[in-house]
Amino acid sequence: MEARTHIRVEDLSVWYGGHPALKDVTLSIPDKKITAIIGPSGCGKTTLLKSFNRLIDLQEGVRMEGRILVDDEDITAPGADLTRLRKKMGLLFQRPQVLPMSIFENVAYGLRIHGENDRLRLGEKVEHYLRMAGLWAEVRDRLAAPAAKLSIGQQQRLCLARGLAVEPEVILGDEPTSALDPHSAERIEQRFLELKRDYTIVLVTHILRQARRLADYAAFVYMGELVEHGPAAELFAHPKDPRTEAYISGRFIESTGEDPD
Amino acid sequence: MDIRQIKDAIARRSMGLVALGVMSAAFLVGFGLYWRARPVLAGRRWTEILFSAAWHPARGEFGLGGFILGSFWVTAIAMVIAVPLSLLTALYLSEYASRRTREWSRPVVDVLAGISPVVYGVWGMLVVVPLVRDYAMPFLSSRLKFFPFASDNFTGFSALAGGVVLAVMVVPIMVSVMEEILRTVPPEIREASLALGATRWQTTKKAVLKKAWPGVVAAIILGFSRASGETMAVLMVAGCALQAVPKSIFDPAYPLPALIANTYGEMMSVPLYDAAILLAALVLFLLTVLFNAVGWGILLRLEKREG
Amino acid sequence: MTQARFIEEKIFRGLMLAAAGMVAGSLGLILATVFVKGFRALSFDMLFKTPQGGYYIGGGGGIANAIAGSLVLGLGATLLALLVSLPLVFYLNVYLRRRSRLAFFIRFSLDVLWGIPSIVYGAFGFTVMVTLGLKASLLAGTLTVGLLIIPIMARSMDEVFKMVPPELHEAAYALGSTRWEAAMKVILRQAFPGLAAAVLIAFGRGIGDAASVLFTASFTDALPTSLFRPVATLPLAIFFQLGTPFPEVQERGYAAALVLTLIVLAVSVLARALTRRVTRHSR
Ligand SMILES: Nc1ncnc2c1ncn2[C@@H]1O[C@H](COP(=O)(O)OP(=O)(O)OP(=O)(O)O)[C@@H](O)[C@H]1O
Ligand SMILES: [Mg+2]
Repeated sequence: MEARTHIRVEDLSVWYGGHPALKDVTLSIPDKKITAIIGPSGCGKTTLLKSFNRLIDLQEGVRMEGRILVDDEDITAPGADLTRLRKKMGLLFQRPQVLPMSIFENVAYGLRIHGENDRLRLGEKVEHYLRMAGLWAEVRDRLAAPAAKLSIGQQQRLCLARGLAVEPEVILGDEPTSALDPHSAERIEQRFLELKRDYTIVLVTHILRQARRLADYAAFVYMGELVEHGPAAELFAHPKDPRTEAYISGRFIESTGEDPD
Repeated sequence: MDIRQIKDAIARRSMGLVALGVMSAAFLVGFGLYWRARPVLAGRRWTEILFSAAWHPARGEFGLGGFILGSFWVTAIAMVIAVPLSLLTALYLSEYASRRTREWSRPVVDVLAGISPVVYGVWGMLVVVPLVRDYAMPFLSSRLKFFPFASDNFTGFSALAGGVVLAVMVVPIMVSVMEEILRTVPPEIREASLALGATRWQTTKKAVLKKAWPGVVAAIILGFSRASGETMAVLMVAGCALQAVPKSIFDPAYPLPALIANTYGEMMSVPLYDAAILLAALVLFLLTVLFNAVGWGILLRLEKREG
Repeated sequence: MTQARFIEEKIFRGLMLAAAGMVAGSLGLILATVFVKGFRALSFDMLFKTPQGGYYIGGGGGIANAIAGSLVLGLGATLLALLVSLPLVFYLNVYLRRRSRLAFFIRFSLDVLWGIPSIVYGAFGFTVMVTLGLKASLLAGTLTVGLLIIPIMARSMDEVFKMVPPELHEAAYALGSTRWEAAMKVILRQAFPGLAAAVLIAFGRGIGDAASVLFTASFTDALPTSLFRPVATLPLAIFFQLGTPFPEVQERGYAAALVLTLIVLAVSVLARALTRRVTRHSR
């Protein structure tokens, strides 16, 4: 019954210049399921997500303790191959961030840097991943146009195609629908439900209904602490911690960063 | 490690080397000048060279004092004009001007900064020198018969002409640094002051300038440093005759950079002459490095604090 | 009391307007002077002939030597500065963290280098030449001007990189790029127009400087043909021609000043157009 663990977080703590953002988080992300990370603004969701592909390293004055195992390999160990790790993890940002090049090249970029240079196969793969992201029909006639000319919703699907093209095993989404209109958001959600057959998906979201719709597992983070996690249905129906309950019942006063007690 | 990682590592190393080169460039310049200036330092004291005004290369006397004073004199005149001009302009642009005016001001400042020093010199000779000769000097010097106005130099090529041209030349750097600093003052500070019923100028004076003054000081230091190193324009309009102590803004002045430029061609003719000229360059180098280190140090610190 | 503060407000507003007007006015005055004086002496010969016999006492010819010399020297120096500045700013902005100590020192060094007067660079170039036994030449002048404009170019490039959103770096890394790949394939594209503008600005500065080439490039009436011979430059052509007592020759100095100012203006207009234009590929 229990799914295989894909990412295992052990006692992870993260500080930004002495200010703690995550405290002793221990969590298992199951393979080929959607795990939703929920919690109020500033609680450390993005931090947790970006720890998975060590993008957190780019921040100023960041310090990390604990371990993260991806496929039983410690990615926090010194000398871990970050480019390989990141290739394994596709990341969707809150606002789509297209590369300053054409639609085609956006998808081809990852393929090229990871060694695919055959023009014919590049073309085939770009089409394949654009189809997977549900964008092909809209852009097939203007692949050479600048990606920045697409609508925000299209850009986010382009980013999805771009991320899928490097053949990741995990898709990380940091509130990937929050900048989109409802229709575009729904299309992305639809993709996620299809993609979970082949990918492990970790989805940070503010929208509780989205989490209920999509998630198999859920984790509630509050002020840098992992308060509660487990199968989504159970967490939403019978939260164990009063803070979780308060949050999912909407009675929660959004944290302003001050200690509640 | 695959080929991509190797490429990356090579790039990092070679770029690091370039960075190392750039970081050591200032030392190299200073050391190179010092090395060549050593002969003239042998057997003479620093103080003697810096403070004596006896400049007779043929007799082996190389006192830079007169030129150093000349530099300060011209630079001081330039700053007296340029500081209020720049500060008022920067305040206008940041506190009063509309967005459109601000956008228009950028190319003006950029072009002013980009015009060749020699062209400034041409302008100085054609406009500033005649103005000084025909109006400022006869008007002021005949009425105010005391320092620093009394003078018998009727050519117009003077410390004042040099100072005016220099002032226009250093305005761009001072305006742009000051404006940038003023821009970093958070709008809440202004709003708080305005909400208390202060006028705009009171707000500017009491709130904005109070917050921004270290940056303004830094801008002035940088302007001073830039002015003291400017060569060609000053050489063309300041008259360049040696005098021990400045007596009048209408007298010629002979600043350090002009001395260096002027001896081009003749400095190999007398023993130690070239070493003395390079020593002058070294003095100028040390002066500007010191001023720039202080000025940019203040600005970088401010930037760090702002986050 | 209340009245006084409104009067003060008026006075200072007037002073500020006057100051801003004077700054803008001085630019107008400089340009007007150079244009009016320069146009009169401008001619085909001026632009396309080298100085003929007796040029500096009023003989025929033009300043083609200086125009060509300045362009060649300016291009060489710009190329040289580019070869140093580009890796440097990539190192600063892609390999180093913004707040790292090393980045701080590199930026500080650039600032200090930026403040060293060009006459000092000229004198330094001269010491190196003397030490190595070289003569004033196109090569020496190019190297010296290159050194002079490195901090100018690198600092404005650094400003351009500040404008690149950090998310773009993250997007590139999230796809598994190495830093080098992110720099060359993504960041460079995004920053390209701004970088080109920085190069142009540095070129304009290099071509206008006289004090650094005085010792190192010297002057000649011939067109530039060899790296190891002296080369004429526009600023020095202006300087020398204004130094003669002959009005005809001085007139030509004004024409040379006009040519130089036009080049600098063209360069800065182009740079402005480039910075205004966001890339085809960015919003
Ligand atoms: N680069 C940084 N430097 C310093 N502090 C940071 C940095 N990034 C995040 N923080 C702080 O760390 C805490 C957690 O941030 P994080 O972005 O992970 O929150 P989040 O849950 O993703 O919030 P949101 O829902 O608003 O996106 C916050 O208090 C934030 O202010
Ligand atoms: Mg977030």
